[in-house]
Amino acid sequence: MSSRDLILGRVRRALAGVPDVEITRAYRGPSDKPGDIRLFEERVRDYRAVVHLVDEPGVAERVARSLAERGARRVVVPAGFPAPWLAAADVEAVADDPPLSAAELDAVDGVITTCAVAIAETGTIVLDAGPGQGRRALTLVPDYHLCVVRAAEVVANVPDAVARLVPARPLTWISGPSATSDIELNRVEGVHGPRTLEVLIVT
Amino acid sequence: MSVTFLGMPAERPFPRNAARAVRDSQLRFNLRKATRTIRARRASVVAEAPDWAELREAGRAIKEHTLRNLDRYLVRLEEAVTAAGGHVHWAADGDEANRIVAGLVKATGETEVVKVKSMATQEIGLNEALHEQGITAYETDLAELIVQLGDDRPSHILVPAIHRNRAEIREIFAEHMAGWGRPAPGDLTDEPAALAEAARLHLRERFLKTKVAISGANFAIAETGTLVVLESEGNGRMCLTLPRTLISVVGIEKVLPAWRDLEVFLQLLPRSSTGERMNPYTSMWTGAAEGQEFHLVLLDNGRTGVLADEVGRQALRCIRCSACLNVCPVYERTGGHAYGSVYPGPIGAILTPQLRGMGSELDRSLPYASSLCGACYEVCPVAIDIPSVLVDLRARAPHPWPERAGMAAAGWVFERSGRLARLQRAGGRLRRLMPRRLPGPLGGWTDTRDLPEVPKESFRDWWDRTDGGRR
Ligand code: SF4
Repeated sequence: MSSRDLILGRVRRALAGVPDVEITRAYRGPSDKPGDIRLFEERVRDYRAVVHLVDEPGVAERVARSLAERGARRVVVPAGFPAPWLAAADVEAVADDPPLSAAELDAVDGVITTCAVAIAETGTIVLDAGPGQGRRALTLVPDYHLCVVRAAEVVANVPDAVARLVPARPLTWISGPSATSDIELNRVEGVHGPRTLEVLIVT
Repeated sequence: MSVTFLGMPAERPFPRNAARAVRDSQLRFNLRKATRTIRARRASVVAEAPDWAELREAGRAIKEHTLRNLDRYLVRLEEAVTAAGGHVHWAADGDEANRIVAGLVKATGETEVVKVKSMATQEIGLNEALHEQGITAYETDLAELIVQLGDDRPSHILVPAIHRNRAEIREIFAEHMAGWGRPAPGDLTDEPAALAEAARLHLRERFLKTKVAISGANFAIAETGTLVVLESEGNGRMCLTLPRTLISVVGIEKVLPAWRDLEVFLQLLPRSSTGERMNPYTSMWTGAAEGQEFHLVLLDNGRTGVLADEVGRQALRCIRCSACLNVCPVYERTGGHAYGSVYPGPIGAILTPQLRGMGSELDRSLPYASSLCGACYEVCPVAIDIPSVLVDLRARAPHPWPERAGMAAAGWVFERSGRLARLQRAGGRLRRLMPRRLPGPLGGWTDTRDLPEVPKESFRDWWDRTDGGRR
């Protein structure tokens, strides 16, 4: 007998005559309302990420300032990232085409992306490898991640985000910079992921 | 019956391990500080969620429903993962899982793998099994790294090095990093930030060049074939994203029916475990993501036996958040090693004897490693009634003969009121001869409690003599 049949057989024997249970979902489900931008800003900041609110015409200038303050010279720009947003920045835009090796990614100064969904209540941004985001490694290996979040992408809570996302895509949920609490449960920002996360919220 | 291996040999019984642990004042200090910090953090983010009770109830019910239809959901998961380009393997026990994983690694021609912290692979002793096959597994979670470098054992589900303080960690890094790869910087201090930086540098190159990774998973969605890993440091993302081949070893109880169910568990788990609104990174992937080769190993290793138990099966709802460890007054004092299993604390006290059986003295003693205060039940995000399972296991554990003899004698005495009265009168007359501690094999009972004082006169005799206090 295969282990598959063995395990499934054991499961069926264990469950013989056991009745099913009802699932009640009395918790707050998807709100279907736009997320509160101020709350999102506050919650992202709680994770010790750098946050700015800008209006649409001010994005290019803010991007240029952030990259300059960081001293970023070579920045990965995923396919589909809105070109006007980079127009004012004095950086070398590195494309992931042909795909960059891990070592090449390690050598750039940072990465700039958009996101798929952002969650106000938890201060989370979710990337789904769509346009302007690129594959998962792009936002992982560089030490600096600048993410531009449009107001329309901000949802209220976790159920809203789950309802909007497509599971077949590779998803990365990001809540602040990389961190650890493994040493005496003190939170330390910056282990293996980007040590600096900067979020621009476009109102 | 074969004995299920749980990553550690079952040796001395819990009380003896505990007695040793509580004499270690450094350990008690480390534990108290850590568990108190995390308890406060959890309490504040749980209080912030207005619908916590409803989320907990939904979490309980979803898990229970899944377990009651586990065969259906496992088959569904297999179909979905396969349709998305992944490969699914089934392992009846730890040995089989280890063989499967070793075979998959060998097929790639590699001899080194990076690992994301995973309870399932610790449970089956995967690192040791790979070592025997000439494959080196590098732990990448900071706490796991501390444990691996220190040739130590994990003592907490979430923070395996919770028993170590910063000075001890600095010493371990300074002494042992060189033996595993890039040495620690010469001027390493015990600042947590400096220690984290040392870990970053030590592992960086390894992440960038290793071709095979091994992980577990927090959830596996039957409907879509999606696997979910929650983490903090980014080592998980490194392992899940960069290597060409990814092998995930996942217990069969980790399956969830539908994508939508994540809306419940992505709220319950981070708030319960690290006490955050959301953990820094959560990765979700379905089958062969971004051209990776993906293998899912579904592990039984005693779980179907637990599933068959009417009372005990609720332990399979566990999402390994470790909230029950952090509130447990026993765990706070003894630490995780005393439980002699990769699953310590209250959940370990009910899971280990069920998975491993109660053949050893240690496993028989685990259901007693509790004061039954109920704090674990209260914080459990999937409402596992740990105290009830403990009591049920106590009833089923084989009892030592002095206890059985004592109970039989008590039964005989209580059977007739005359026997009780005669015994009470005899006791009253001989009360001065009563020892403070019981002799011989009965001594176990008085090791941890005082023998009650025997009164001069029993209540019944007093009542008869005074007509209920009227004379
Ligand atoms: S038993 Fe409950 S509280 Fe304990 S680790 Fe499991 S889910 Fe968390």
